[in-house]
Amino acid sequence: MDWDKLVQLLVNGVTLGSVYALVALGFSMVYGILKLLNLAHGDVLMVGAFVGWGVLGWLGGAQDPTVAVWLVILLMILAAMVGGGFLGVAIERFAYRPLRRAPRIAPLISALGVSFFLQNSVLLLFGANFRSYDSFDLVDVGVGVEWGPLHVWVMRIVVIVSALAMMGGLWLLVTRSKLGKAMRATAFDREAAAMMGIDVDRVIVKTFFIGSALAGAAGVLVGLVFFQINHFMGFNYGLKGFTAAVVGGIGSIPGAMVGGLFIGLAEAFSVGYIEDLTRGRLGSAFSDLVAFLILVIFMLVRPQGIFGKPEVKKV
Amino acid sequence: MTEPRPEQPRIGVDEWVASAEERRQRSFAGRLEEAIDRAPAAAKLVVFALPFALFPFFTDSEYVTQVGIDTLIYVLLALGLNVAVGWVGLLDLGFVAFFGLGAYLYAALASEYAGRHWEAQFAVPVIAVAVAATGFLVGLPSRRLVGDYLAIVTLFFLQIWLVVLVNASFTRGPNGIADIYPLKLFGREIVSLEGYYYVTFAAFVLIVSFLYLLDRSRTGRAWRALREDELAAELMTMPVNRLKLMAFAVGAGIAGIAGALYAPQQGAVFPANFDIVLLITVYAMVVLGGAGSIVGVTVGAVLINASLEALRDPDDASWLFYLAIVLALILLMRPRWLPVAVLAATAVFGLAVHELAEQVRPSLVAGTTFGTARVDELVDSWVLLPEGAIGQDGLPAGALARLAYVGLVAAMLGLTLIRSRLWRAVALVPVLYLGACVWENVLVAQPAVARFVLIGAMLVALMAVRPQGLLGKQRVEIV
Repeated sequence: MDWDKLVQLLVNGVTLGSVYALVALGFSMVYGILKLLNLAHGDVLMVGAFVGWGVLGWLGGAQDPTVAVWLVILLMILAAMVGGGFLGVAIERFAYRPLRRAPRIAPLISALGVSFFLQNSVLLLFGANFRSYDSFDLVDVGVGVEWGPLHVWVMRIVVIVSALAMMGGLWLLVTRSKLGKAMRATAFDREAAAMMGIDVDRVIVKTFFIGSALAGAAGVLVGLVFFQINHFMGFNYGLKGFTAAVVGGIGSIPGAMVGGLFIGLAEAFSVGYIEDLTRGRLGSAFSDLVAFLILVIFMLVRPQGIFGKPEVKKV
Repeated sequence: MTEPRPEQPRIGVDEWVASAEERRQRSFAGRLEEAIDRAPAAAKLVVFALPFALFPFFTDSEYVTQVGIDTLIYVLLALGLNVAVGWVGLLDLGFVAFFGLGAYLYAALASEYAGRHWEAQFAVPVIAVAVAATGFLVGLPSRRLVGDYLAIVTLFFLQIWLVVLVNASFTRGPNGIADIYPLKLFGREIVSLEGYYYVTFAAFVLIVSFLYLLDRSRTGRAWRALREDELAAELMTMPVNRLKLMAFAVGAGIAGIAGALYAPQQGAVFPANFDIVLLITVYAMVVLGGAGSIVGVTVGAVLINASLEALRDPDDASWLFYLAIVLALILLMRPRWLPVAVLAATAVFGLAVHELAEQVRPSLVAGTTFGTARVDELVDSWVLLPEGAIGQDGLPAGALARLAYVGLVAAMLGLTLIRSRLWRAVALVPVLYLGACVWENVLVAQPAVARFVLIGAMLVALMAVRPQGLLGKQRVEIV
């Protein structure tokens, strides 16, 4: 047993998983409140990644930033959150709100359109080539935490910690604040919430803002640890985020976190071991197969996910 | 555009809904529809299929015939997708994977690589059944929560399908399978383009007839009932899950047939032929024509494929762009004089801005248009064209062009928020001008991408403004 590899894969999995969890959170929040699959969510992440990349360039690039490194990272994340948040609000306002009373499939098709529009707009403006964050210039790869034979790059720690911090903040917001209470009430029963004096439209807008801001931040985090971004990256993260949300239990915040970590770890380990296990017949590209199998198994065995409650249809 | 809020009382709505059918029957369109409805099915089929049958007689060009074959394949795809999306209201996002599966299965049954050459009359039915069965299996895990979950499972299936195609050794990865044998039908090989056109046309006629009968059958009625109200359908003892899986499998089977016809005609299959771009294009066809209507979906496929072809060349694209704007304004704006006024105002506004820019900052108008058509000479002295706005690689060179693009999107969205018709027309003038500037400086250099941007925007706009598409029936909600 190669323990170094195991621990390294564990770290990779947690990094990936925290990003998936952030995506799953936004997806899950929107689903909880609107019962709507926001297929454009992954593309909000992609736009966030490009916003972060733009801010990095504006601050002098990764090689010699004009301000302190921690400030660069903070500003990138904040800008991506604001950009992603407003993008999410715009998507809600123009693509989903006119369709609140339409058949269920209408907003989904609209979401497909938004997703396609965003991808091709970025393709139009920035081209199909990968853009790189070059964050190894920002913080040297050698800088990190040593623990026995294990070396964890400090950027990974930054990413994991900031993802956890955002999740914690969201948890506090939803459970402790007035807005959180309104969100939970709206998710539980929109009409009853409206009758209790909650401005449902505003709650929905804020939910979209928060969820999309998390996705935007996740885009920057992806760029910081995996370097490469392009117009199509949102597809993969959206898909894995959806899977994580379904596995964890859609509509549940702890579910999204656990589901994200679960999918991230599963992906990291399958990348690491799938070749050995299949005696080289399947390459690491087939790791997506594992996530897909997890999704299918969950749908067959426990469709409400780990933390979800079985849906009871009321007439 | 005011939207009814759920919390507001909807006075008069029930009355309107109750009398909707009656009003429809009195209108000209309604009576026409009724007359068409009463016509014998065979006559309808002949009238519908005739333009497709005669198409090859009007052209000698191989290119145009090829476009015709592609269009028919797209029509088949749109018809297949319509079963799940239009009739039952399921979001099938793995649809093009079934198309790809059909194509690769044909390659497995008839190619040098496989070392076999099955005749089409055996290969195509086998492929149709195999692909339909795959569709059934893919839909199965989400049977308890069909609906939104089906979308995720199918989208993920498409992703897995692409991963397998690109990485597996038996599909030869991204290089694809190139040496596919031509169609052999009852011992005769089909080699000419016209031959392929008519084989595809025959499949089209068969599938349209099949779908027409299916739509009117017990199953078809059950599907429609299911789309309108799943819960009510279930209470009427309809086997909801089985019906959904059935629709899903039928759609997949049709996609498989389309794939089996596509592969021998192309002579090669590549993973890149079956990606998300194709998926969204087929969705746009179904939605534009009118989901649920066989004629509508066919018209949508023809329209979209024709305009995608036309948008390939930058010069043609420019013409089309300006023509489409003028036409859209004339058709959509009331009263009649308003579009004329808006267009005139836009022309004057543009000249004024151009003149102003020349005085204040000549660099803003120093460039020339990307295209070389006649329309560009006119446009050159009207829109702002900074020099070198389009870089070497066709991408916008400066931040200004990117900002203008984002600004245009924001302005167009903002435009929909203006309630007053007059003010909206006034605000339209600078937005139109900005649109022309962005077109000349950003979009025109990359027509291949610009057309997909337009498709995405069209899907969103259609859903908000006219969800029934061009020929679909407006949905009347019965409370």
